Amino acid sequence: MNFFSNLYYRLRKMWKAIQLYLVIAGPGIVVMVADNDAGGITTYAATGAKYGYHLIWFLLLLIPVAYYVQEMTVRLGAVTKRGHAEAIFDGFGAFWGWFSLVDLMLVDWLTLVTEFIGMTAALNIFGVPPWLTVTGVVLLMAIIVLNGRYWTWEKIALLFCALNLIYIPGAFMIHPSVAEILKQGLVPNFAGGFNGQLFFFLMANIGTTIAPWMLFFQQSAVVDKGMQEKDIPWGKFDTLLGSALTVVVAIFIVIVTGTILTGVDIESAGQAAEQLMKTDRYVGTFMAIGLFDAGLLGAICISLASSWAFGEIFGWAHSLNQKIKQAPWFYASYFFTLITAGLVVLIPGAPLVLITLFVQVIAVTLLPAALVFLILLLNDRETMGDYCNGVWQNLIGGFIVVTIVLLSSLYGISVMFPNLFQ
Amino acid sequence: MRSSLKRLFRKIGDINRRYREPRIRMSRGVRAALLFLRVYLLFLVCLMAYKFVLLLS
Repeated sequence: MNFFSNLYYRLRKMWKAIQLYLVIAGPGIVVMVADNDAGGITTYAATGAKYGYHLIWFLLLLIPVAYYVQEMTVRLGAVTKRGHAEAIFDGFGAFWGWFSLVDLMLVDWLTLVTEFIGMTAALNIFGVPPWLTVTGVVLLMAIIVLNGRYWTWEKIALLFCALNLIYIPGAFMIHPSVAEILKQGLVPNFAGGFNGQLFFFLMANIGTTIAPWMLFFQQSAVVDKGMQEKDIPWGKFDTLLGSALTVVVAIFIVIVTGTILTGVDIESAGQAAEQLMKTDRYVGTFMAIGLFDAGLLGAICISLASSWAFGEIFGWAHSLNQKIKQAPWFYASYFFTLITAGLVVLIPGAPLVLITLFVQVIAVTLLPAALVFLILLLNDRETMGDYCNGVWQNLIGGFIVVTIVLLSSLYGISVMFPNLFQ
Repeated sequence: MRSSLKRLFRKIGDINRRYREPRIRMSRGVRAALLFLRVYLLFLVCLMAYKFVLLLS
């Protein structure tokens, strides 16, 4: 009897914990899965096609990297109740504040253009013209944000996150050899030796794992959701789950292209989907749907990151819990960014490849600054109190930040000078 | 249009005044980090300018 009462008590406690997590869940998962945006899918598809399963172990290493960086934004947001842009203005003064805000606006807008490129390419495979895709996406995103509740927006975003898992059944449908995946993928190795091209791919994978908008987005989302200090452990768990999920999705993309498109040079995820269509119609379709979903999820988060940041600094009402009449400038900036980015894709002969490359270069100017500010703000004991970074957190976080800064800088430089690492 | 621009510049002036002084204590480590950022950004700007010149020529 005692055993059953104990079991009942434990199950009830566990169920309550799950219920509590479901209330807190959101920002971490959304930001991490949205990190697998159109550019990210292209990088993973190209990695799989080029190196097969050989770099899966490297992708697994990115789970703690993404987690340690993003969990800092959870603590900072929950304790200060301020977004990252406002925290930089307040902590480091107007010069660094304006630099971060203007750079963020530019990076976000350019990244949004790349999301639209991905979405139009994905639906083009099904014969949908780009103008219809852009119009449909803008309308869909208007419906998502204009309901006036953060909760509803978040749950819809989580639904799109679930759709991102479409690569998993896609990978199972092509029956890859599990033994080969374990043998080649889990043992650290550099297929074909460590050369410039492999280095470029490693840098690209790190570059897509941590993007500047993610820091701004998650911290603002934590604030808009109204998370408190007591919610930090759940927020961290949410981030950890999101980090694992994003890498799992990346691994399944690598498995798909590593199995079917080995040796093919992939330049875009749209091209990968078209190639896959020739081999397996359903897997190609899944790839295209996944690419559209990735672009949409990226667009949902990136456009909000800019609007939140502007609202924080200019003192506009800037919450998804407010209606359009209560926060007109917040929604105006949201739609302005979204519509102008969508229109660029529709301009005949627009330099879309150049824009895609330019994003990586500009992101390199913002990412180190945002990461350094993050570490410094987390060491401000006066504001952070008990949630200040400890010695180990500083050592791990510092090491990760230095590595990311170094590799993402080299990546940006290699985009500008492609022959440098050949 | 003119009054909107005036309002915008006034707002920017307010923001600059509000955040004139950094709140974080400028310890040696913080100063070093900010100096590193300035040098790093200057290096990147020079690199981009160099690339731009290469593209033009």
